[in-house]
Amino acid sequence: MSGKTLYDKIWDAHVAAEDNGDTILYIDLHLIHEVTTPQAFAGLRAAGRPVRRPDRTLAVADHNIPTEGQAKGVGAVADEEARLQLQTLARNVKDAGIEFFPMGDIRNGIVHVVGPEQGRTQPGMTIVCGDSHTSTHGAFGALAHGIGTSEVEHVLATQTLRQRKSKNMRVTFHGRPGLDVGAKDYALALIGLIGTAGGTGYVIEYAGEAIEALSIEERMTLCNLTIEGGARAGLVAPDEKTYAYLMGRPASPKALAWEMALAYWKGFYSDPDAKFDRELSIDVAALAPMVTWGTSPEDVVPVTGRAPDPADYDAPDKRAAVERALAYMGLNPGQPIAEARIDRVFIGSCTNSRIEDLRAAAAVAKGRKVASTVKAMVVPGSGLVKEQAEAEGLDVIFREAGFDWREPGCSMCLAMNPDRLEPGERCASTSNRNFEGRQGRGGRTHLMSPAMAVAAAVMGRIADVRELT
Amino acid sequence: MEAFTRLDARAVPLNLANIDTDQIIPKQFLKQVDREGLARGLFYDLRFDEAGKEKPDFVMNRPEYKGAGVMIAGDNFGCGSSREHAPWALMDWGIRAIIAPSFADIFNGNSLNNGLLPVVLPPEQVAELMDEAKGGNHLFTVDLESQTVVSPSGKVFHFDIDPQRKDKLIKGLDAIGETLQHSPEIDVFEMKAALSRPWLEG
Ligand code: SF4
Repeated sequence: MSGKTLYDKIWDAHVAAEDNGDTILYIDLHLIHEVTTPQAFAGLRAAGRPVRRPDRTLAVADHNIPTEGQAKGVGAVADEEARLQLQTLARNVKDAGIEFFPMGDIRNGIVHVVGPEQGRTQPGMTIVCGDSHTSTHGAFGALAHGIGTSEVEHVLATQTLRQRKSKNMRVTFHGRPGLDVGAKDYALALIGLIGTAGGTGYVIEYAGEAIEALSIEERMTLCNLTIEGGARAGLVAPDEKTYAYLMGRPASPKALAWEMALAYWKGFYSDPDAKFDRELSIDVAALAPMVTWGTSPEDVVPVTGRAPDPADYDAPDKRAAVERALAYMGLNPGQPIAEARIDRVFIGSCTNSRIEDLRAAAAVAKGRKVASTVKAMVVPGSGLVKEQAEAEGLDVIFREAGFDWREPGCSMCLAMNPDRLEPGERCASTSNRNFEGRQGRGGRTHLMSPAMAVAAAVMGRIADVRELT
Repeated sequence: MEAFTRLDARAVPLNLANIDTDQIIPKQFLKQVDREGLARGLFYDLRFDEAGKEKPDFVMNRPEYKGAGVMIAGDNFGCGSSREHAPWALMDWGIRAIIAPSFADIFNGNSLNNGLLPVVLPPEQVAELMDEAKGGNHLFTVDLESQTVVSPSGKVFHFDIDPQRKDKLIKGLDAIGETLQHSPEIDVFEMKAALSRPWLEG
């Protein structure tokens, strides 16, 4: 018998029951937020079902909160529907006895920033949330994925999820990256290679020396974007960096419990003879900083590259799709991507709003100025990230450069709050989706790393951060 | 969940690949606390112009497709956000089955949990059905029992579906109720887990 993959091991450790083809998989941690839960709680109430494990559930308010004036409280949220949703969450979690970091609490922030920051995310766990970027938590060697609201209700009621096992894929990143190439570029390069449906049916484990060299925060960026490649989840085996990150966090085990936990966590890796259904390998030394040109995360080019020309495609469907994307994005066929003028810059989202992201962005912003034609904002991922950044003086660097320094939340990643693009505006964004209208109706999004987004802010166009003088 | 057995309805062809859930139901419609009435936001940016007026050329607005119960679409339907508002909105508009070469993972699960049937057929067959749907006013039949789609011209297309999923859809079973019958096993699992991972027990 061949060995087990990391995914196999986590799966096997959480099988609570089998039922007619479904595995009833135990869920260790359930993260919830205001947008995808009200109907789930309403469903429970209607059926008279209690929340099985409030202690394994953690709630935040992130998707539709404003990024200024949070201290004024939920009552001051101008958008009436958003306010009602936030109040509904507060009431639901109170009734169920679920821990909740409300808007304005320094521990609040984007759900996928908060879980790891609090030490709630740990290796070998199963983690779900009604949000597709739950894959982020795979950076710790936890099996983590997004679910819909019916499943949120199912997990609240049973602390389990009905699942079918996915296939195993391993993507090995080898080599050493060049200057200003990192996790965001690895992820975009991979999605460009396999396409947004390339990972469908798989859980992807990331391995190789380039992954081992990544910090935990960079691994989160990579796992976060796994869902954009269609895979169920992304995983990185835990290592010394993982344990060092977790040590001393509020929910991390302490003293003797830490030693026990450590021994347990160390069992989560793919056996050398484990079989993967699909294997890919990427040489990071060959990568340049990546940007997206179109309306899908698979529409990727190196910053040194060009937008595609529909004439280069034989398949009529594909040609039409490229034409449509270019028209939406207001780009000419074959134009160098670095010529595209930028109106807005957004640094934030669960992909790139952690302290390291802000440090990387500030390092480029320091002593430079945002172009006069550009409106740029930085939205930290949580209150604690914001506090840390301010302690390091990063807010001052951003403000002096001309960035707007905001309060934490999802913000312009999905533009449910007042932060959004106007029709036709072009945005350099560190978020994860460049779909039509994602950041505001008619808005045009180019995904890139924080350092690249700052370069775009400074140059007033998409720019190669390596060429900034 | 609503049961699904057989559907006789018009089909609306939406010949686009990678239709994401942001397009199916844009974020401004995610702020409600119930699941009703979401049809108003379905494909909002494609269906309506900036002034909120219907775009007459968009396929779902054309009179011949009004009241369609089937949608025929391109590859990787429902990618992106996990919002279950996407199947809710589609169903609220009247769609009960979607035929496409492939579906994104989370959308597929969300649909099945609501009794919206995702039908996967090879791309050539989807293209054939798409052609037959043009012009509207034709009846398509989607029969889950026999796992077939019958086109207006009478052509029969067989699709695969996991037998357990099929059974649940036909009976309209409540997944939570089913799982709660396994509570004793979940209790045992929890007790064992509390012993092997005591640090997680607050
Ligand atoms: S930052 Fe964006 S992608 Fe992340 S949880 Fe918020 S809305 Fe979703």
